[in-house]
Amino acid sequence: MPHFERLYNFACWLTQDRLEAEDLVQETYAKALKGFSSFQPGTNFRAWIYKILRNTFLTSRTGLKATATVPLDPEDEEEISPSVSETPESILLQRSDGQFLQQAMEQLPVAYREVLLLCEVEEMSYQEIAATLAIPIGTVMSRLSRARKALRDDLRVRLQKR
Amino acid sequence: MVCESWKAKLDTYLDGELPAEEMRTFDAHVRGCVSCAADALTRIQMKRAIQVAGKRFTPSAEFRKRIQQSIAPKPQRSFRLTWILAAAAVVLVAAALTTTYMATRSARDQVSRDEVSRNQASRNQVFSEIADLHVATLASASPVDVVSTDRHTVKPWFQGKIPFAFNLPELENTQFSLVGGRMAYLDQTPGAHLIYDVRKHHISVFIFQERAMPPSLSAKSTSAKSTSAKSALGADDNSLASTDLPFNMETWNQGGLRYFVIGDASSADIDGLAKLFKSAS
Repeated sequence: MPHFERLYNFACWLTQDRLEAEDLVQETYAKALKGFSSFQPGTNFRAWIYKILRNTFLTSRTGLKATATVPLDPEDEEEISPSVSETPESILLQRSDGQFLQQAMEQLPVAYREVLLLCEVEEMSYQEIAATLAIPIGTVMSRLSRARKALRDDLRVRLQKR
Repeated sequence: MVCESWKAKLDTYLDGELPAEEMRTFDAHVRGCVSCAADALTRIQMKRAIQVAGKRFTPSAEFRKRIQQSIAPKPQRSFRLTWILAAAAVVLVAAALTTTYMATRSARDQVSRDEVSRNQASRNQVFSEIADLHVATLASASPVDVVSTDRHTVKPWFQGKIPFAFNLPELENTQFSLVGGRMAYLDQTPGAHLIYDVRKHHISVFIFQERAMPPSLSAKSTSAKSTSAKSALGADDNSLASTDLPFNMETWNQGGLRYFVIGDASSADIDGLAKLFKSAS
């Protein structure tokens, strides 16, 4: 089963529920086997199977709920400001632990969470991410930039509350 | 700020996604700029922290087992079941026939019928194995070991790996394209497995030495019509086409080699590719 553990991890981050993640992974493999003829040999298998998982998630009840409140790519029209923060990231990192970071990642809108995970955890190239999410590379870059900024802002707020 | 334009691209640089020339310029800048170097360092730390925090969930052994059982073996298992049932049906039909005609047939005829049903069961088993090989390969993450659309690359790849040589057809002006090849084993016998595409359908072509195959494959199949295979579609008497498989399949013996062409493409496509192979050999 190719990419099993990573797909499961990604599914957990998307659904935020282990049982739902198990259903999602199971359905993904079933769809992948059934639709294998749609896979073009020589193209990116990883992007293909992640795309199946993500599309399956987006049409699930949790997925529809999670995406209903997020506007679709408002970032495309806006200029992205350089992500230079008032509080140095080194201070944020020193003062936050892994669990703290996980909580902040959980709170990100699903569109930001997924692009950040595909880039940092799955270490996909922008091109792979673009193929997985079916968006242009420019949108991948702007969404990533916004996701990183949102994560830093969230961490900063959490640290102030602590 | 002097470095603002650099810092705007810092994340893209650290993701390794700037064009090569710009990456080199950036490398040189970061080495000489304390402010950008410090920023780069903290962002790398942040990337690593996210990477560690992101690898959070591990599937349970129980779930892994469940997925393996419910997904991976399904096509093969259902195939086997289908063919076990088909083989059982063959035996039952043969037994019923034997009983009905017992009174009027000689003992020699009965022996002959038993042999036919044994041949059919054996042949069904081979077809089932071939179908399993086809499905298992397409489900694999790397369906082919030699990836090439060029027959002059794929054919030499098999040199020294299989104990025979074969010809691959010229595909120019046809709708078929070669995807690649891999080794296949049937009854512990090595053979060639080639994968072709036709309109998004994958077709497998298997080639083995005929003498390594069960004799039932080349047996005269006068009673095969009542079971899973019908006889004599191709130019030679040994050509068989399957009718009951969930795939279309054709098999024949030519030049001491046994060919199987199988896939979910139409029977016309399977026949088309089989004809190309027959004329190439």
